[in-house]
Amino acid sequence: MSPPAESLAVQAQDLSLVFQTADAPVTALDRINLSIARGEFVSFIGPSGCGKTTLMRVIADLERATAGRISVNGVSPQQARQARAYGYVFQAAALYPWRNVLNNVMLPLEIIGLPAAERRARAERQLELVGLEGFERKFPWQLSGGMQQRVSIARALACEPDMLLMDEPFGALDEITRDHLNEQLLRLWERTGKTVIFVTHSISEAVFLSNRIVVMSPRPGRILELIDNDLPPGRTLDVRETPAFAAVAHRVRVALRAGHSYDD
Amino acid sequence: MMPRPLVMFAALLLVGGMGQPGGPSGLLALLGIGGVLLCLRAWPAPALAGIGLAALALMAWAMLLALSVPGPRGADANGLWLALGGWAIFVWCVLDRLALLQRPRPLGLLAPALLGAALLFAWEVLVVGWEVPRVLLPAPHAVGDALAARWHVLWPDFRQTAVAVLAGWAIGSGAGLAVALLADRVDFLRRGLLPLAGLAGAVPIVGIAPIMVMWFGFDWQSKAAVAAVVTFFPMLVNTLAGLAAVDTMQRDLMRTYAAGHGATLMKLRMPSALPFVFNALKINSTLALISAIVAEFFGSPIVGLGFRISAEVARMNVDVVWAAITLAALAGSAFYGLIALVERAFTFWHPSYRSS
Amino acid sequence: MTTEASAALAGPLPGGRWQAAGSRAWPVAVVVAVGLLVWYAAAVWLNAPRVIERLDGLGQPWGAPELVAAAWSMERPVMPAPHQIALDWWGSVFGNAIDSPRSLVFHAGVTLSATLLGFVFGMLLGVALAVGVVSSRVLDRGLLPWVIASQTIPILAIAPMVVVVLGSLGYPPLISKAVISMYLCFFPVTIGMVKGLRSPETLQLDLLRTYSATPSQTLRKLRLPAALPFLFASARVAIATSLVGAIVGELPTGAAAGLGARLLSGSYFGQTIQIWSALLMAALLGVTLVAAVGVLERLVGRWMGSAPAAPGRGR
Repeated sequence: MSPPAESLAVQAQDLSLVFQTADAPVTALDRINLSIARGEFVSFIGPSGCGKTTLMRVIADLERATAGRISVNGVSPQQARQARAYGYVFQAAALYPWRNVLNNVMLPLEIIGLPAAERRARAERQLELVGLEGFERKFPWQLSGGMQQRVSIARALACEPDMLLMDEPFGALDEITRDHLNEQLLRLWERTGKTVIFVTHSISEAVFLSNRIVVMSPRPGRILELIDNDLPPGRTLDVRETPAFAAVAHRVRVALRAGHSYDD
Repeated sequence: MMPRPLVMFAALLLVGGMGQPGGPSGLLALLGIGGVLLCLRAWPAPALAGIGLAALALMAWAMLLALSVPGPRGADANGLWLALGGWAIFVWCVLDRLALLQRPRPLGLLAPALLGAALLFAWEVLVVGWEVPRVLLPAPHAVGDALAARWHVLWPDFRQTAVAVLAGWAIGSGAGLAVALLADRVDFLRRGLLPLAGLAGAVPIVGIAPIMVMWFGFDWQSKAAVAAVVTFFPMLVNTLAGLAAVDTMQRDLMRTYAAGHGATLMKLRMPSALPFVFNALKINSTLALISAIVAEFFGSPIVGLGFRISAEVARMNVDVVWAAITLAALAGSAFYGLIALVERAFTFWHPSYRSS
Repeated sequence: MTTEASAALAGPLPGGRWQAAGSRAWPVAVVVAVGLLVWYAAAVWLNAPRVIERLDGLGQPWGAPELVAAAWSMERPVMPAPHQIALDWWGSVFGNAIDSPRSLVFHAGVTLSATLLGFVFGMLLGVALAVGVVSSRVLDRGLLPWVIASQTIPILAIAPMVVVVLGSLGYPPLISKAVISMYLCFFPVTIGMVKGLRSPETLQLDLLRTYSATPSQTLRKLRLPAALPFLFASARVAIATSLVGAIVGELPTGAAAGLGARLLSGSYFGQTIQIWSALLMAALLGVTLVAAVGVLERLVGRWMGSAPAAPGRGR
């Protein structure tokens, strides 16, 4: 039973990407086959260089595949990008230091040309969603790393896309802030029902957040295993102490070890 | 902490100077000893700095008084030189105290202000005390007199040069910015122009002044043309560097918004490039002023600061030359400072403005 | 400023070294070629009025080819054609003995000697000032602001006075030109060296403290070597400014020798081609000097085993 492409958020078939470098061609992605349904929270996990970020960038039309097919919301990634189907969150907040928080969130809305009043209303709504109401007039350097990243998430949500692409968004933060933001993200996802694709290094983060985990391996980048995470919805941080959590984490770890060569 | 031996030595010189021919009166010695002794105490820096400054000022006044009456000069005036030596050491000690003051901001300017004033004073005393011929090096008061006396000539000179400077700076910087934006759009042009613009930094462009005079005549337009050509290249190079220095992450973000070249330019790359642009504008302010003045060395109608300098040098009226130079220096600093103020307003967000 | 910003814009290119060099040279060649074409056209346009006058005076019918040919071969053109300049330059350089006053090589040598002398003095002064500023709090707070303020002052305006005053004291023109050049180039060296001497990380300074190193040892073993890249970056700017200082120093007294003197005499006698040819020589001299500093930098770098990247890009 394969649902029609339009109802799938992402469908990749035999997707490959080979980079031509000065020394030798590098296979970043090797025949990736993946389907992501709407409303899913999917994590890509793997060691550095396994292609997880590259795969997400192909979905975002920031890279072009060299072989295979991929559709996003039923159309090509380029069309999806031009239709502003997703919001992208980078590893760093990438806020403009010359704009205050509100203006930073309004940036994509200015680009698509919304009138000023509606821009303000939407931006304020998103800031409230991430818990930063009251900080509209602050400048990025006046906020902590965690708060800056939350502004970045609010900005990604500004155009109200169906999909969120997040590339290790909490990697630069300390563990305590990270836990807090993980929980907030989960609540946000439950409230909005968007499709979330989340790249991470951290096994516990992947198991906590997602309902499907894509384990990848490097050189060449390919999918080792697709793990369905059957932990119940509505999770809180306490779920990390349960045996069920440990079992899923163990499965992920085994898959990673099987695929990752320790010889190089 | 002021080293005690040094302070004692300064006191010795001051006292010694009092007795010798040409030296300042007993007033100086009293003040000197008093101020110096106070500085040996461990009082807080601001208080000592204040007392030290007051003592220095009074001693300086006493020395000037000694110079204002006819008396021994040059090598005969032992007293004056001993006193000056002690005074200089004492200045160093007070500067040491002043260098500790940072807040509030205006106090931080006291140290350079004192050093500048001390150098001016030393210049005055040395020139008058050694009776240096006016054509060699005039005393500061002579420069001030010349500035006041010849103001009716210097002001029109200044206006003439200022017009050339402002016009050249605006045209050159504007053209540099425009070409940089064009080169940014057309990559081929950028790769072709950039190495050439870098080479231009090695070429003494002021040499085109005689050619500009031939093309545009003797009036301010030729000077403005030289200034424009000189300021074009730094602006081009700096703007391109600023436009290129944008984070790849930021650029990717713009791609995810499907923003066109224009939107990316206006919302991301131009604001990012502003610090570089202002850097170039400041550099260009100095370059434009120098170019205009040097261009006037090559031929000018009978007005212009550069013309005034070369003409008065030929007549050996060195104090008028110094007056013109002082005027140019003040104008140059004011121009630079103005741009720095505007820069602060537009690039307040840059990390270099945040105190660590 | 300019060299640092240019370095920020260079990027890696795929393909072999020759391919890379070729693809970098191609746009420059095209821009230069377009520039030459524009120049030739401008020469026709600017020289046209005088040429038309002359051709009319000859009485014979003339057309576009005659106009263009005449415009490119006038004796005192408003805008000489590139080949005229090149020919004059070649003739002056290779057609005269090196010590003849008609040889551009002679004049370039005169200017070069003042440039180099001023450059060396300026470097010494700049380094000395920088070491002083970094070692003494008094100089740092009191003197450094003045050094920075001096950048806003048109120092070249002092040139005539320095030349005349030193001349009347009996010093040869070489010294007065060198003084002007020194005054011009000490500033970038000072600022660059101060940045360089302060560039070592706190980690490295702490390490020396654990060895109880004296400030002078820290200076010699850590700060000075760390400051070398900054010194060379400033040296490139300094030598170009030193050249400008030497040329300007030749202007006020109507000196007889040097590139500045050639420029001046060319402008007095309306010898446009001579002016352009002297300018070409000055440009070549400037580029060669900056390239020489670059070569020196690479040699020193190789001797010190440094990484190829340059410091301090952009702002």
